[in-house]
Amino acid sequence: MSFLDFSPAPESTGVLNLRSSYGLFINGEFVDGHGDAITTISPATEKPIAEIAHANAHDVDLAVAAARKAHDTVWSRMSGTDRGKYLFRIARLIQERAREFAVAETLDNGKPIRETRDVDIPLVAAWFFHYAGWADKLEWAGAGANPQSLGVAGQIIPWNFPLMMLAWKVAPALAAGNTVVLKPAETTPLTALLFAEVCQQAGLPAGVVNIVPGLGEVAGAALVGHPDINKIAFTGSTAVGRHIARTLAGTDVALTLELGGKGANIVFDDAPVDEAIEGIVRGIYFNQGHVCCAGSRLLVQENIHDEVVEKLTRRISTLRVGDPLDKNTDIGAINSREQLDRITALVNQGEAEGGVRWSLDCDVPTKGFWFRPTVFTGVSTSNTVAREEIFGPVLSVLTFRTAEEAIAKANNTPYGLSAGIWTNTASRMLRMADELRAGVVWANTFNQFDPASPFGGYKESGYGREGGRQGLAAYLTTEGKR
Amino acid sequence: MTHLPIPKTYKLFIGGKFPRSESGRSYTVETPKGEFIAHAAQASRKDARDAVVSARSAFTSWSNATAYNRGQVLYRIAEMLEGRTDQFVAELVRGGVTEKAARAEVIASIDSLVWHAGWTDKYAQVVGGANPVAGPFFNLSVPEPTGVVVAVADQTSSPLLGLVAAVAPAMTTGNAVVVIAHEGAPCAAMSFAEVVATSDVPGGVLNILTGSPSEVLPWLASHADVNALDLSGVRGELAVESECSAAETLMRVVRPGRFRATELSFDRIGAFVETKTVWHTKSLA
Repeated sequence: MSFLDFSPAPESTGVLNLRSSYGLFINGEFVDGHGDAITTISPATEKPIAEIAHANAHDVDLAVAAARKAHDTVWSRMSGTDRGKYLFRIARLIQERAREFAVAETLDNGKPIRETRDVDIPLVAAWFFHYAGWADKLEWAGAGANPQSLGVAGQIIPWNFPLMMLAWKVAPALAAGNTVVLKPAETTPLTALLFAEVCQQAGLPAGVVNIVPGLGEVAGAALVGHPDINKIAFTGSTAVGRHIARTLAGTDVALTLELGGKGANIVFDDAPVDEAIEGIVRGIYFNQGHVCCAGSRLLVQENIHDEVVEKLTRRISTLRVGDPLDKNTDIGAINSREQLDRITALVNQGEAEGGVRWSLDCDVPTKGFWFRPTVFTGVSTSNTVAREEIFGPVLSVLTFRTAEEAIAKANNTPYGLSAGIWTNTASRMLRMADELRAGVVWANTFNQFDPASPFGGYKESGYGREGGRQGLAAYLTTEGKR
Repeated sequence: MTHLPIPKTYKLFIGGKFPRSESGRSYTVETPKGEFIAHAAQASRKDARDAVVSARSAFTSWSNATAYNRGQVLYRIAEMLEGRTDQFVAELVRGGVTEKAARAEVIASIDSLVWHAGWTDKYAQVVGGANPVAGPFFNLSVPEPTGVVVAVADQTSSPLLGLVAAVAPAMTTGNAVVVIAHEGAPCAAMSFAEVVATSDVPGGVLNILTGSPSEVLPWLASHADVNALDLSGVRGELAVESECSAAETLMRVVRPGRFRATELSFDRIGAFVETKTVWHTKSLA
């Protein structure tokens, strides 16, 4: 046993009290769906977790009707103080059930328990707590005079941070007085349905939150095309974002989109190298690289390229890949076979185009979906792995000589979600932050999130912000705005 | 002594210069009674693309100019317009409005420019700020200009004020603009271009096209180097088609009816900004 080997330290699933099947959550009740139910599996073992009802267009109709009624008769008329109290209750219930949510998320998504326990679920509670406090302070949000809810919000979220994305969408919408119909991702519906239980426990009025698992092209499409929706908020691929924007053209449905990215993580030769290595690892291997704002392009100053790559691969060699429920695991399972296939295809293309591939030599379980942390060197800006969002644990390394070249390369993408800067020169950091066309810039850190801090993209990474009062404004209308 | 008037040749305004349409086309501008006023340049697809190239190249310097400088430049436009009030009143009157209405429109245009000039160095302070995150981080959000904005001026009335209302909000925060003027009354727009050209506005920051929105707008709405589309002056199917085209590159879109040309709108400034949030680690080490 080398010093890198750890005895297994599995988190117990005993904290879970899952049902064998879950219905849709409409008007405060779990009900049957009219789509074909699916069995959600653990991507780490391919074992079934529970049967999940799927919504069809009829179910979406029912959910929107419930949300409309709740909005018009209850939620938008309630005092902000009381709306806030419900959200505070939800925040507290999430905290009380935090370990259960963490285990359920890890089981359903495949991400390490260390991340769900220390990042996802704490941020979920923080998001509800933050926006709970906004509910009775909308006039101070800076959105304009006489702020009002938009109405019924349709929300479609991805599989990479299932409950966290729910919180980012539901908390501000409810604080602003909207009601919601939320469609979780096809492969990760579990924690959204546990959240429905939390809504019941909080005594949230029926219809304020409705959850409709289902297929994107069925339930998602029905939601986007629904005539009685006032707002669509979507997080997911740029391709689907385009499709939604087209669908809503000519309507008065408000739209915010949080889409893909190909973030540049820029390391200057005066950077604190050891911290930078940690930041690079956090930037691309956090959540198996299933992160829209991942630092998937490493731009390293030419004179320290070899040193950085050497230290980086040495650091990656200490990462533990495997059972996500093990408390020592750093990198868990890829969320689905489909995503694994996509990562594999893009990496193969990267090799075919001449990129030099290095992958961690480690054992992975025989069942489930796994991809070893990978680094491409010798990448040019035109290579597929430097342009396409891979959404997996794959880093592409490029070099630059001057700050101007780093800026040009970093901005040479249709995306504009995130960027990282590593330098100990404050003046250079601030000027770089000005020049980077990205919605979030992390300097000497990476992948930090906070409910008080707006998050969202430039260019084809979407529009609108989540977090802070900017995130609240995405769910408000004011005099003179419409 | 009699003077035979010298009529003006109306051209386009692209990159700070006044070219004719590369297509060589023009169209007739008439009074409501059908009397000939002038020929206006009929902008083509190529003119639209040239305007986008000019706007893109001007964006860097305009967005990097200090807010104080942008404010002075916008104020300078108001000064230049003020000095030519009578000319604009006459032009608007020839388009069929009363002298009183024409004068009110010019004054409103001047006041709009002064209002926007004042916002340049205040907007970021009002909508941005420090974020109290739960960790040892400096965390700041600031609004930045979206980039190249395409706008269509009001096509129903107010050919001068509609144009100013379509361009001033975007220019305030540092965007570069391509605007399609009122098709039927383009003369005031092109005279406004002369005002802009003598106001220290860097060439390309504002580009004005005359011609048919239904011909030119589709090329702009599907242009990959355009970042935002203000459809306030567009109605009907053209607006829907343009929004569909804009979806292909996730352009920010202002739909028709959201803003009125006659109203000063803080939100219209906000329609063309992106919030950037910068995190920096805090440490004594």
